[in-house]
Amino acid sequence: MSIFEYNGSAVVAMVGKNCFAIASDRRLGVQLQTIATDFQRISKIHDHLFIGLSGLATDVQTLYQRLVFRHKLYQLREERDMKPETFASLVSAILYEKRFGPFLCQPVIAGLGDDNKPFICTMDSIGAKELAKDFVVSGTASESLYGACEAMFKPDMEAEELFETISQALLSSVDRDCLSGWGGHVYVVTPNEVKERILKGRMD
Amino acid sequence: CFQLFLLLLRFELPSSRKIFKTRVVNRKMTHSSVDLPPKGGFSFDLCKRNDMLTQKGLKAPSFLKTGTTIVGLIFKDGVILGADTRATEGPIVADKNCEKIHYMAPNIYCCGAGTAADTEAVTDMVSSQLRLHRYQTGRDSRVITALTLLKKHLFSYQGHVSAALVLGGVDITGPHLHTIYPHGSTDTLPFATMGSGSLAAMSVFEAKYKEGLTRDEGIKLVAEAICSGIFNDLGSGSNVDICVITKGHKEYLRNYMEPNPRTYVSSKGYSFTKKTEVLLTKITPLSERVEIVEVAGEAMEE
Repeated sequence: MSIFEYNGSAVVAMVGKNCFAIASDRRLGVQLQTIATDFQRISKIHDHLFIGLSGLATDVQTLYQRLVFRHKLYQLREERDMKPETFASLVSAILYEKRFGPFLCQPVIAGLGDDNKPFICTMDSIGAKELAKDFVVSGTASESLYGACEAMFKPDMEAEELFETISQALLSSVDRDCLSGWGGHVYVVTPNEVKERILKGRMD
Repeated sequence: CFQLFLLLLRFELPSSRKIFKTRVVNRKMTHSSVDLPPKGGFSFDLCKRNDMLTQKGLKAPSFLKTGTTIVGLIFKDGVILGADTRATEGPIVADKNCEKIHYMAPNIYCCGAGTAADTEAVTDMVSSQLRLHRYQTGRDSRVITALTLLKKHLFSYQGHVSAALVLGGVDITGPHLHTIYPHGSTDTLPFATMGSGSLAAMSVFEAKYKEGLTRDEGIKLVAEAICSGIFNDLGSGSNVDICVITKGHKEYLRNYMEPNPRTYVSSKGYSFTKKTEVLLTKITPLSERVEIVEVAGEAMEE
């Protein structure tokens, strides 16, 4: 069994027209036993920047705390929020620093950059950045997510349509994966508001 | 009396060592518990934990590799580098259009194969070192400088930093093309290929390469070699990137050829029969940032 299959996870982010959506499942398990059905995998760094972390849950929480720490230091020094591209480089550097003893998690970063242009990227566990213009996926359900997103994604979707697309892609992929599921958590971010929604899915 | 004192000390040593340890911990508490920005280099503090997890039967993760076909050739006026654009994670294609030709200096580019994080990190690091060196010397970077910096780094990590590179550029001494292997050995060649598709690409080069190629002939040959890798090697795919470097001028042709376009896209899109059920919605309006306006002409009172 792979280390990534210890806790189980599914995270996906998609780009829309001046908005982005990031979604994750809610299950936390210890191999085949479910121990929580409301685990937070997506966390806010600042109003327009979210990071979803999949993989070993302890590393998810530790890495998130370290990133929040670094971002707060940046805010104190620069008196502004970090741009998503800068944040992605920061995460990549922190992960590569542990090249030979890595954090066992894969981040998905989504944010609105300058001119409200959406930015998404994912990385493997040692920080190899993978920028994409359409969607990025990570977690145990990633293979199904690749397929579902390829089929369902359309460029330049508005916020409501983007929400529907990402939710359908997430729920149909986690239904095919034993280790993730128990609902979904979706954040749709436009320049003016953040809509956080909890989805009803199969509870098995 | 002094020897007795020494004897006592020797017997005391274990307990005193314990006291010494706690004293050290107290003094260095800020060093171990606060995660200050690091001074650079690798940190190995999670290795023990990861080994313990591997021993318990949990397999280590697979990293993003770049499967890859990367090539380079020297033509009449300079160097042409080529690469495919597929990044794989095991058998899955993680990125259909990644960039494998990395910038090192205005006159030097480097293609990378192997573990994606390693190629990106090592080329970024040497690119920064080259820039600092340019500031110090006031001269354009030489390809051989980049070569030495890369091979020193890779050799010192004994092949664990898994980056196989094709380095090419034109400097004051002329065009150069080198290959660098993960263990730190290098070759200087008129044409070179690396990666899982290197055999497919090399077969094209060995058949059709000749000295003194023109720019268009060179680009055509490089594109053909990469296509051969794309179609015959499963680890390479998608599009062809080409970079042409001549004296004083470079051209980065991103997605020069796209022999694998996505043709089966339905114009109607995907229609969902059943909408998702939402349990809870929370809307957070984002307030406008406060703008600071400087009013001209108002000086601060003493």
